[in-house]
Amino acid sequence: MAEHILLRHRDIPDIHELDVYLSNGGFDALKLVVQKKTPQDVIDIVRESGLRGRGGAGFPAGVKWGFLPQGVFPRYVVANADESEPGTFKDREIMERNPFQFLEGVAICSYAAQAKLAYIYCRGEFWDLAHELESHIAELRKEKLLGRKLFGKDFSLDIRVHLGAGAYICGEETALLESMEGKLGQPRLRPPFPAAEGLYGQPTVVNNVETLTNVPPIINRGANWYNSIGTKESTGPKVFSLSGNVERPGNYELPLGTTFRKLIFEHGGGIPNGRSIKAILPAGASAPILPATKKVLDTGMDYESLRKIGSDLGSGSVIVVDDSVNIAWLAQKITSFFKHESCGKCTPCREGTYWMSRIFENLENGKATSEDIDLLDSVAQSIVGKCLCALGDFAAAQVVSDIARFRSDFDARAKDGK
Amino acid sequence: MLADKHKSEIKAILKKYPAKEKRSAVMPLLFLAQREYGHITPAALVEVAELLELDPTEVGSLIGFYTLLHDEAAGKYRIQICTDLPCALRGAEELAKRLCANLGIRLGGTMTNGLITVEEVMCLAGCDKAPTLQVQDADGIHYHENQTLGSAMELIAELMEKGSDG
Repeated sequence: MAEHILLRHRDIPDIHELDVYLSNGGFDALKLVVQKKTPQDVIDIVRESGLRGRGGAGFPAGVKWGFLPQGVFPRYVVANADESEPGTFKDREIMERNPFQFLEGVAICSYAAQAKLAYIYCRGEFWDLAHELESHIAELRKEKLLGRKLFGKDFSLDIRVHLGAGAYICGEETALLESMEGKLGQPRLRPPFPAAEGLYGQPTVVNNVETLTNVPPIINRGANWYNSIGTKESTGPKVFSLSGNVERPGNYELPLGTTFRKLIFEHGGGIPNGRSIKAILPAGASAPILPATKKVLDTGMDYESLRKIGSDLGSGSVIVVDDSVNIAWLAQKITSFFKHESCGKCTPCREGTYWMSRIFENLENGKATSEDIDLLDSVAQSIVGKCLCALGDFAAAQVVSDIARFRSDFDARAKDGK
Repeated sequence: MLADKHKSEIKAILKKYPAKEKRSAVMPLLFLAQREYGHITPAALVEVAELLELDPTEVGSLIGFYTLLHDEAAGKYRIQICTDLPCALRGAEELAKRLCANLGIRLGGTMTNGLITVEEVMCLAGCDKAPTLQVQDADGIHYHENQTLGSAMELIAELMEKGSDG
């Protein structure tokens, strides 16, 4: 893709300045929808575009917006900028370098949802970025692009930034809402979903930063233009965060369905230090590991294709692992991440990640046998499907896939290992 | 008292949220307390709780839950190194170990001058410029990417100079 749709600063370096954004068509889409379209029109366009949530779940954004119950107000929009998945750093680049397109997306979503107030929930570590966003928002207020009766119509909106304080779980939308309400970031039992009862018990749309950044170009260029990019079911461009053992780590905006091979070898420059590729984590810590076979490398990175080969696209954070890495070490690393980040609400996740970590420690210290590897697998299996949110499942699926696909790396660490 | 010293900032924080939902202001107020005192002191905790009409125990549990909130004193500058998988694949664990050895502290420990604490943290969303660390201090939180032992030691030297002035 020659032209960047999301990472537009790669083509127009000063687009983080409001006048540059405005002179490149900025806020045309918001003006168009406020003056000429109904909220339902906007929801229909976004639904027809096929845009799916870029935070990980891949749920169609237009469908999500359509779930808001009739006649219940006030409503809120919350942008999920809690980007904390290991290997994911795309929302940060969007907000740092192309912030106004994101903010325009928040505004259009708020119009569609008929919300007068939107919050951006930024992870606490994005301290400097949150303050930059606040000054961008102040500029928008000054230019009457936020505030009362926008574009002479009966639509008023303010956007405010809320800082989290360090908790991966707050990326899960109901935990995020709890956290915004000043509580522990622990997921809620669903239903009700946030569309029905979200922030302060009111109808709420929660969408990821990248998802919202897709909205202005969809309005400007139309649903048909958008769904001609990508695959039939996974439409549009995606920012893939590439990290790990790769020559040129970074964000790459490519159509959904682009192969791993193209991302890792063509864009990422391949594997450094004369090493070869061993495995791929396609969605940070949160999707099963894939051995880097020819078939996997030639698989398109889209929601459907990845499910077919036993993994997931998630937020599109591709961590490359070279042949110097023992997968049992990697599994231990990821398990200790989930153990640290488990919110403690559900017993299988809280206790399971703890017990898995204990077995990993024994494996690391040469105290475990191959039976302990089976035990590890069985602890992981017993977490699956028993928790309120996906964190427990992610932690379990990682360990199960690591053992199933790289058992010999575990056996090599067992004291009776081969 | 925070309320006397930071009256306008507290007012601005409370204004961000609907009047009947002021509990949402708890984390911004705890950040404010932490920047003022270096950590959240028992008195500051009670003050924040009173401002928001919350039970101090509830506020206390938040401090335990969120990793950027601290109820114990540490160095004036907290050097927080990400050692999660993407950073670890690019040498972050080794960096953390060597940095601590150079400073003569253990990971999580504080230098005897009371200025520098080195901690391990989870992913900071800086994986393409790994190893990445952040510095948490009274000014907030700032990122430092593409770190080496040399650059981290330089940064610490600068912080120590700055910290011993003030």
